[in-house]
Parts: sequence; structure tokens; C-alpha cells
Amino acid sequence: MYGWKGQILRVDLTSGAISKEALKIEDMHNFIGARGLGTKLFFDEVNPQVDPLSAENKLIFMTGPLTGTLATSCGRYNVVTKGPLNGTIAASNSGGCFGPELKFAGYDGIIFEGKSAQPVYLWISNQEAELRSAADLWGKTVVETTDLLREATDDDAKVACIGPAGERMVKFANILNEYNRAAGRSGVGAVMGSKNLKAVVVRGTGGIKVADNAGFLNAINDARGKLKAHPVTGAGLAAYGTNVLVNILNEHGTLPVKNYSEGAVFANAEKISGEYQAEHNLVRNKGCFGCSMGCGRVTKNHGKYQGIGEGPEYEATWGFGSDMGVDDFEAISKANFLCNELGLDSISMATTLACATEMTEKGIIPRDKSDLSWGNADAMIDKVRKTASREGFGDELAEGSYRLAELYGHPEYSMSVKKQEIPAYDPRGQQGTGLNYATSNRGGCHVRGYMTAPEILGIPVKVDPDATEGMPELLKIFQDLTAVVDSVGMCLFTTFGIGLPEIAEQYRTATGVNISDADLLQSGDRIWNLERLFNLQAGFSKADDTLPDRLLNEPMKGGPHQGKVVKLDQMLPIYYSIRGWDEEGVPTASKLEELSL
Amino acid sequence: MDKILVVQPAKCTGCRTCELICSFTHTGEFNPEISRISVLTYEKVGFSVPMVCQQCGVAACMEVCPVGAIAKNNVTGAMEVQDSKCIGCKMCTIACPFGAIHYHAVNNIVSKCDLCGGDPACVKLCPSGAISYVEANAGSISKRKAFAAKFKNVFEEVS
Repeated sequence: MYGWKGQILRVDLTSGAISKEALKIEDMHNFIGARGLGTKLFFDEVNPQVDPLSAENKLIFMTGPLTGTLATSCGRYNVVTKGPLNGTIAASNSGGCFGPELKFAGYDGIIFEGKSAQPVYLWISNQEAELRSAADLWGKTVVETTDLLREATDDDAKVACIGPAGERMVKFANILNEYNRAAGRSGVGAVMGSKNLKAVVVRGTGGIKVADNAGFLNAINDARGKLKAHPVTGAGLAAYGTNVLVNILNEHGTLPVKNYSEGAVFANAEKISGEYQAEHNLVRNKGCFGCSMGCGRVTKNHGKYQGIGEGPEYEATWGFGSDMGVDDFEAISKANFLCNELGLDSISMATTLACATEMTEKGIIPRDKSDLSWGNADAMIDKVRKTASREGFGDELAEGSYRLAELYGHPEYSMSVKKQEIPAYDPRGQQGTGLNYATSNRGGCHVRGYMTAPEILGIPVKVDPDATEGMPELLKIFQDLTAVVDSVGMCLFTTFGIGLPEIAEQYRTATGVNISDADLLQSGDRIWNLERLFNLQAGFSKADDTLPDRLLNEPMKGGPHQGKVVKLDQMLPIYYSIRGWDEEGVPTASKLEELSL
Repeated sequence: MDKILVVQPAKCTGCRTCELICSFTHTGEFNPEISRISVLTYEKVGFSVPMVCQQCGVAACMEVCPVGAIAKNNVTGAMEVQDSKCIGCKMCTIACPFGAIHYHAVNNIVSKCDLCGGDPACVKLCPSGAISYVEANAGSISKRKAFAAKFKNVFEEVS
């Protein structure tokens, strides 16, 4: 078989039984891999109304057909489950080398089901797989766990694990591989913790074949050449990492400040920018598997927050920075290091803290409970620790911003969509991003349709970010293409420099599947609709395709977009219509037929 | 003059593109395990070192081989393994101080860098310029030049 390995592992954590299964060719062709194929398997096997933290939920690790090959930046795997933060279909993806190693061991993915009575980890060495006790690992950080598991198995093994936050089922706990790469969102780490599964450890020594060696080499050389020539993928990301966005977004006036409560311009943005990081804290650039861009940052703190690690990425920098009123880069970096060590999604952690800070400042949360205040970096860092351990006030923070704000009677202070925190782009100055947040299948999220690219960076074309016209049409294409990118196992950042033709050619030559560009994009549409069907069956409806009241009704207080709100009602009906959904946001029978769903 | 591969760990991002193109070029599949070049990464500090055959002047692998299966390519200067002669005794893997020769149990042969016949694929695809193919003595000269440039900059600043 070419591209795919054609085989998955099924692990029943309740009985301890492990079996191998062949994937269906039809599913591979229609749903590609990773996010798409994982969702298809999940949808077929799990009741959408399942309690996310119950034994009946499943947890699927899935790679794509290009994962582990020389295709552009194809080191990614997806974790698909029903997320505990909001109950939508969760598909979180991560880079590094874990996904490729799983392929080299001979598997496209793993389905975990049931729940182990005791803490365990799965050890895969090529065709051998066994569950082992993780009793001694329970309570350990991601760094400690990874080190101990490599000692216990193979020095070259790749480890994906949860930290203490996942064990305690913090609603936004994540899964980390190779210490710093995270399947970050939707609380996939809490599902792993609920199953008493501490880690997946894999060592593989096999290879991956592609269908057309010469054609594939041409395709990757063409795509790599374009990535190298593009100013973002060839220069900007390498020079300043994702933090290149801090100054750009600030200048544009959509860098959210203090829980979106002020005009989205941060006075000290320069001090938390990628340029500042490069000058003061950057040790070197880090690349994920097979990546030519190398946006990862190895960062060193020199002052009171001493340490070395990866990141912070733009979203964490914004979250612990301008959204918390903090302008100390090393404090931001420290909070980010802690998220990685303890296994927390930095976006939801930071945004939950911003929500808690605003409520504390307003007197809604009593001071004897919370010492958070704007710009108080030490209190912020302390709460990251306490969230992971669910200690004191941390136990309330661990439920995420929506449940926290609701607990105090003010859900409007939660900057979330479908209970998942929205990230670092104020949609009042980016209308298309507002529509993306409202319609994302996993709730508040920027990477389901990254409209910042056309709205601010002018990729592939510059659009007026204050206009609503044309946004639904453009967003649909972005969402469908992103579903394809996530499903082949590619990094989304490649799409700054290459598009559907280059991705499709790599897919065709690798897999030997003769599919047109348009039909591949339709697979993205199919995946999007399957995710939507899951969410509808889980109980979501049109009423949930909305934004926090602040973004719809509270005009931006300053900056270039002063006075603006998101005009969601002008975009949503058109979006439903071009998606082939009825007025309630339900896919029509003819749409489902068109997609063979 | 013979050319050699020179690696600069400080430039390496640890992406392992070299491993992929190496195994693909030599075996037609993507498999870091049988790549002739390996990137060793110290993940906690984010430091990576690409390790590959140094094409030694006095090559221990060639000296120790009991059947003369390793010979110098007079065009490229690479020590090359002749599969037809190799008996899979693995003495060369023991003799090489860098671990640059790898034994494959499946085929009972060893493999090492052959400089791709004078056009190394890893050099062409390395995205950060961490691997270069240069005249055998150019490696140290370029280091001296880089350091001299630092001196020059310092001198210009203080004068």
C-alpha cells in the first residue's frame, strides 16, 4: 500500500485486549486520513450523545497518508474524540515526530475504547503492542513521564502523554509529544486521563512507500520551492516564528487586550513580539518532522523565570500577554513552559485567566478567592500551577471560562464559542474571522478557517476585513481546504505558500489515488459536513453558531476598528445557504447525497 | 580535490528532511532507520546534530573489512560498500568510531553514505543550510572566515 499503511490498532482498555484491523479502502479514499478518517471511524462507532469522560467515549489517534513522508511539513497526527470542554467533535492535531514514528511502526492509527481500572501506557514496538502499568508515572509532569518512559522502553521511542492536568481531567488538558508539541485543544488530554491512559510510546523501524517515486519527488520539489520563495513560509516564520504576528496584529488593531474589553491595540506589544523574542530569548529555530519552515522557537529565560523550552507561540504570547495586560516576555514564556510541563492548552488556560481577572477586577469574584489583576504576572503563573492540580481556586479555573463565568452568574465574560475559548484575533476588526469562530465545528478556534490570512496578510488575496460581502464564500473554501490539509497529515502553515494544486499533486503521487483537485476539495466539504452532523446529533443547533455578546453588541473601544461589532447576522444565513444547509443550519438531503453521506 | 559533507549543528532545526531524502534516494522508501545520515536531537534544549560518514583519510571500515567490500570511489572520494562482496560480518560497524555504518538484518548487508555519486541529495533539500558539500579543506577555512568576520565587526565597533 502507498501512503497509508492500511492497518490500525484497536485497544480495549477495559479488557486489555489489543487487536489489529485493516482500514477500508473506501473510507481512506473518501475521508483521506487523520482528522477526516478519524472522524469517520468515530462517527460510525460512538453515540454523539455520549458523556465525553465516560468509558463509552473513544479516543482515536490517526495519521494521514502523507504523514512521515517528504511531503511538505507532513509530521502531523490528529486526536479525535468527543471533547469534554464543550461536547463537540474534537480533532486536535500535533507535529513533531510522533505521527511519523507510528507510521514507521506500521500503523495509520490507534482506537482506544473503554477504560482501564489502573493507570497504564501503551508500548508499541513495530508489530508488538502491550499495555503496561503506569502506576509509577501517575502525577508526573510531561518531561518526567517522557524521560522515564524512554528509559523503560527505547531511547529513540516517541512519547505522547498527558501531564497532571489530564489525569485530573482539567477540561482543557492536552496531549503532548516530544515534550513540547501539543494536540492542544478541546480537552483531548482529559479524555485520555478519564481512561487512565497516561501515555502512548512508539518505536518503529519500517518505511513508507509512495506510488510514483519520480512524480512525488517532482511534486515535493515544486511545493518546497514555492514555500521557500514565499515571504511568510520562506522568511517570516523562520525569522520570528508565529510571534511575527504580534506587531502585525497590533498595527492592524485586532490584538485583543484584557479579555477583549479594550480596543485591540496593546501599548507594549513590541516587548512581547517575535522581534523582541529573537533579540533577547531565542536560542535557535526548531523544525517539526520534514518541515522546511522551522517556525518552532527554542526559548531561554534569563531572569527570575529561568528556564529553557519551546515557544511561546503567538496565541500563548497573546493570551498570557496582552489579554492579561502582561508585557514581561519571560513571564509569558514561563506560563507557557508550565502549560507544556503540566499538560494544559495555553489558549484556553490564558483566556480562562483573562475571564477570571476581569471578573475579579469587577468584584464579581471575591478578592479572598482570586488575587488576579491586570498585569500581575506572578498571580497568573501561580494560577496555571493551581489549575493543573485543581488546588483551591484552580479547581474552578480547571472547568474553563464558560463554566467559571456561569458559576458567578456572568457567562457574558467568557470569550468563548460553544464553551471553547476563542484565540488571538478580535473579530470586530476581522469580520470573516468572526464567522469562522461562530461556525467552527470544535467551537472557538482559529485554525478551522484561518481568515487572518486574507484579511490581514493578503494570502492568497487581500480582502477588506471590515466588509462582510464575500466572507461566507471565502470561509467555506478555507474550511474545506483546511479539512483536507489536516487529513493528509500536513501542517496548515504550508497554505501560506502553497494551495490546493500543490497539495493535491503530493497526495495523488503519494497514494496513487487518481482524484481531481476539485474532488479532493470536496472531500474536505464531506469531512466538514460529517463533523456538523455529529454536532447536530450531539445536541448543538443554530443557536450555538454565535459569538460572545461583547463581540456582537459592544463596539470596539479604540484603534483602527473603533465602533465596530461583528455583523454575524449578515453573514450566517448566506454561509448556511452556500454550505447547502437549511435555515436552521442542517445539511439538506440533497447536500448529503452530493457528498455520499 | 575530494569534496566532503560538512554539517553545522548550530544551523540544524532537527527536521530530519535529510534522513527522508537519503532513504528515499537509496531504497525508494521513507525510512529514517535505514538512512545513511541520522539527526540526533536533544529535545529538551532543542539541539540537533546530523551524524554522517566523515569519509576518513584512513578509513577504519575499509581497513577492517576481511573481504575488501569497502573501496574508495576515485571520482568522489567516498568509501563505498559493494553489496556483492559484503558478507554481513559487521566488523566495519564495530570499527567505525562514529557509528556511520549501519547493518540491516533484513538484507544482511551494511550501508553508509556514498555521497550520492558526487551530488548528495541531503545537501540539496536541507532547508536551513546545515549540511554543505565542500572541498575537503574548505570546512575549516569557512569557520575561520566566519570568526574573522566577527573580529572585523568588533574592530569596527571600537575603532
